[in-house]
Amino acid sequence: MSSALSQTKPIPAEKCAGNPSIARTEHYYRLKADVEDFYYYEADLLDARRFREWLDLLTEDISYFMPIRRNVKFGQHEARENTRRGEGISWFDEDKWTLTKRVDQILTGVHYAEEPLSRITHMVTNVQIKDARPNLDQAEEVDVASRILVYQNRVEYETYTLVGRRNDTLRLVDNSWKVCRREIILEQNILLAKNLTMFF
Amino acid sequence: MTQKDIDGLVDVKNGFISRELFVDADIYKQELSKLFTRAWLLVGHESLVPNPGDFYTSRMGEESVILCRDKKGEIHVFLNSCRHRGMKVCRYEQGNTSLFTCPYHSWTYTTDGKLQGVPLYKSLYDGVLDREANSLVSVARLCNYKGSIWATWDKDAPDFLTYLGDAKAHLDQALDCRDGRDGGSEVIGVHKWVFPANWKFAAENFLGDTYHNPSHRSVDLIGIGPSAVSGKKGRRDNELEHAQHVWISFPAGHGVHSAIQPEANEYIESFLDNPVLEQYFRHCYEERKRRLGDGARLMPFVGTIFPNTSYHGRQPRGLCAWHPHSPTSTEAWRFFLVDKDAPSEVKDYLRHYYMRYSGPAGMTEQDDIENWLYATAASTGTIARRYPFNYQQSMGAYTTDHPLGGELSLQVTEQIARGFYRRWASYMRDADWGELLGLPAGNREAAE
Repeated sequence: MSSALSQTKPIPAEKCAGNPSIARTEHYYRLKADVEDFYYYEADLLDARRFREWLDLLTEDISYFMPIRRNVKFGQHEARENTRRGEGISWFDEDKWTLTKRVDQILTGVHYAEEPLSRITHMVTNVQIKDARPNLDQAEEVDVASRILVYQNRVEYETYTLVGRRNDTLRLVDNSWKVCRREIILEQNILLAKNLTMFF
Repeated sequence: MTQKDIDGLVDVKNGFISRELFVDADIYKQELSKLFTRAWLLVGHESLVPNPGDFYTSRMGEESVILCRDKKGEIHVFLNSCRHRGMKVCRYEQGNTSLFTCPYHSWTYTTDGKLQGVPLYKSLYDGVLDREANSLVSVARLCNYKGSIWATWDKDAPDFLTYLGDAKAHLDQALDCRDGRDGGSEVIGVHKWVFPANWKFAAENFLGDTYHNPSHRSVDLIGIGPSAVSGKKGRRDNELEHAQHVWISFPAGHGVHSAIQPEANEYIESFLDNPVLEQYFRHCYEERKRRLGDGARLMPFVGTIFPNTSYHGRQPRGLCAWHPHSPTSTEAWRFFLVDKDAPSEVKDYLRHYYMRYSGPAGMTEQDDIENWLYATAASTGTIARRYPFNYQQSMGAYTTDHPLGGELSLQVTEQIARGFYRRWASYMRDADWGELLGLPAGNREAAE
């Protein structure tokens, strides 16, 4: 990989979104590949319904958040488009205890909204490292932006395709990445799905 | 719909309701024209429009409406459609404005709904277009009941409290402060989602259908209530452990499941996972007893105000409008309530509890919605439609002389659902308001 990269002209830091120190260097691409691998593994666990193992990929202090999106006037998007973490009502604004309860519920075998289990595929794409602490070379915590497409087919005819953005903070714990902060921003106002029984 | 048609669909006496009510497109259209144009519907809450010029777009039945507080502070509800070519004059959910400007031809309306601006008024309309007659279409009647906003399109409808009847005491439990003061709630957020099931499944679910409890076995097994960390199973605290549960069908079609605490009315420990909440709710309970005396023994569970507004009274707490979206789909709007002056830690705890309990991401309601969907789906077939749903539970097991009024049962009963469809049939027959309120024949004249 590095030989191919060495022929690529790195994008200068000032043209990169987010932290200007995140220039497209070899360290950047190595870290990005690492994070992508983590996401593919995570998606595999979820889609293989290995929910307990998926929980292990979340830190104990995870904050898991999905805002409700609102139709607002031009110029007010920054301030008012999305509900906020830590206030009012969102689709999700929760911790590991609640996420664990969700897994426990599915594993009772009588959570009828997931019994029989849905067929789900998670696609993760547009991965970009937005920040790395202390640096790209020895990152212990990274902010990552990505896009997700979650396809759910349930029982026979029920099908939902949920598409959105994901903003994560990943933390290196015992040499493995874990999610310590996740924001999932679906591209919908009124939710056009009967349930959100899947994880994002 | 003729009497004969209706009799074939709704047989309350024998406990059969046709599946056509849950799937048929013609019946659905008639519901929109005969029922949703007359009944009182929930539009929103005053806390969504606290200041002059504030607006909140809502729905009544299938139609978009604007809840707006005008410049003088008065609340209005208008159809969200320009009088000229029908364009929505507002496509924002919430905000503050001095004018609603139609994007199509720029007719403008003031916050009290009056048509103000008509481009080229003098040259194209000879300066004689009747502005008053072309104001935004207003609801016929509006009521701000303890902060919740209700409206009807029928100018002949009785006032809201008459419509509510004896169901008032129960709805109050959702709207009043936890310590017994009148009103005082605020909306802390709104869920809106669409699910593929007929709206009446949802309305009925809250009509005291306690029988559907097995649906929630998974959440009860794992425990998500406010004392779950402390080891209590279930989806809520069992505050009504020693109470006498009551199921009441009211003559206007409303139905509730409430409970009456024993005379001693002792507080049952709840919110054990958070000492601040434990203390707060204990305090509120005692305060409420002090304020309301014996009246404090009445505690809420759930209910539906005919036709499509449901409430959760305590754990969780909120109002839900089940908007008809198509014969086989519903648009649900849930308004989550807290006491406006509750401590911030209490509000913060409650919002988390509401989110994990309610709506499409709620561990309890997900299982409800699954039921409603597949009950709808499995009722569309030609053969399926030949077989009405069974509503024969607890036939005749009620009393009509209880002080709480209505047809009151001390056991789980479908009498409430039977009462709901009895009233549904009256609307389909274009009955007068005396019948819609379920008044005995002799008293009807007085109500009109």
